[in-house]
Amino acid sequence: MVNFTVEDQEGNRQDCEAPDDMGFNLMEILKAYEYPILATCGGMALCGTCHIEILEGKDELGVATDPELDQLENLPEYFPTSRLACQIRIGDVLDGSVIKLRGEDQ
Amino acid sequence: MIHTDLCIIGAGPVGLFAVFEAGLLKMRCHLIDALPQVGGQLSEIYPQKPIYDIPGYPEVNAQDLVDNLMEQAKPFSPTFTLGERVDHLDKQEDGSFIVTTSDKTKVHAQVIIIAGGLGCFEPRKPVVENLELFEGKGITYMVKNPETFRDKNVILAGGGDSALDWTIFLSKVAKRVTLVHRNETFRGAPDSASKVFDLANQGKIDLILSANLKEVSGNGVLDTVTFIDKSKAEIKIEADYLIPLFGLSPKLGPIADWGLSIDKNAIEVDTRDYSTGVDRIYAIGDINTYPGKLKLILCGFHEAAIMMHSAFKYVYPDQKLSFKYTTVNGVNSF
Repeated sequence: MVNFTVEDQEGNRQDCEAPDDMGFNLMEILKAYEYPILATCGGMALCGTCHIEILEGKDELGVATDPELDQLENLPEYFPTSRLACQIRIGDVLDGSVIKLRGEDQ
Repeated sequence: MIHTDLCIIGAGPVGLFAVFEAGLLKMRCHLIDALPQVGGQLSEIYPQKPIYDIPGYPEVNAQDLVDNLMEQAKPFSPTFTLGERVDHLDKQEDGSFIVTTSDKTKVHAQVIIIAGGLGCFEPRKPVVENLELFEGKGITYMVKNPETFRDKNVILAGGGDSALDWTIFLSKVAKRVTLVHRNETFRGAPDSASKVFDLANQGKIDLILSANLKEVSGNGVLDTVTFIDKSKAEIKIEADYLIPLFGLSPKLGPIADWGLSIDKNAIEVDTRDYSTGVDRIYAIGDINTYPGKLKLILCGFHEAAIMMHSAFKYVYPDQKLSFKYTTVNGVNSF
């Protein structure tokens, strides 16, 4: 299990845990926790609706991949450690991190 | 006024297949979609992505599926209103409905089918105070008629392909075009990006990089847009128009106001026929919810077939519906 903290749009924090051996991505886990994430494209890094910001965590967690940057650039605002949750595979890299929901679409 | 048997709200894959199922039962359809093209998410978000779970197609490109669905619906001559959002549903005394769109198009139909996916795609808006105050008074989120901008001072904000493309296009129409982007580089099509840099070098447009939208102001109509650059200095630009281009995102929109039972942005339906709690209104595809719901195109197709058999009674109240196979009867066009 991987443990991390989620901060919603209103600033409320919740501790979450996710299995790291079932191939889930972070967007799927956030939806399972019933956070209001649209995930319009289903996890293809094509809609930007699962936009999150890494507030605390390992350095590499805050580095967006090229497909993510293509989407993030289209959003009205993004941050130095913005990511798309659908592109973060549940694994050690997430352990102990604090993420903030940033999608404006919820 | 457009008169039809069924008005389908949403021209995505499920809405398009519903036309075919309706046609088999001799019911005519008019489709309305907020996007300027048919295909819904498939055409708007992932036209070139493969889909692997359409029965009979081990792999199909999303746009090809849309094209095939259009071909399949063709015998039943569906009609379309595209680029307009349905704003109102008004029930008539005889039970039928009049649908009114954002552009005041009116459609009279016996039955309403909501196949709206995740809602209608609407422009993402930057978070800037008073933005709404100037919408339609200088701020617009899409270029419908480029002539609107002839000989005007226009500011575009954004860094994606549409911001680049419209900057290039409007540079030939507007008095002055300013493109403001928060980064130093563009990730859009390299060709378009280099054209934009060329236009800026030739002095044909103003390009402001590493700047963010801060404020809009004016006396009733927009006249000044303020940006803030990376050194936190303010840049004020006089403008007739500001066009923020930050892509589209689905919103439930007016559907939420139609008296339907909504759970987490989806319409609750009766799985016997995918009817909503309101007589003569059905909901199929990703927009509906019920125990066990799966948001899959193939589930939407199934829902379309079932619901059409239920809607038949409203279009042909005096006729008995008999179930027929296309392999026996073929597809008889209108």
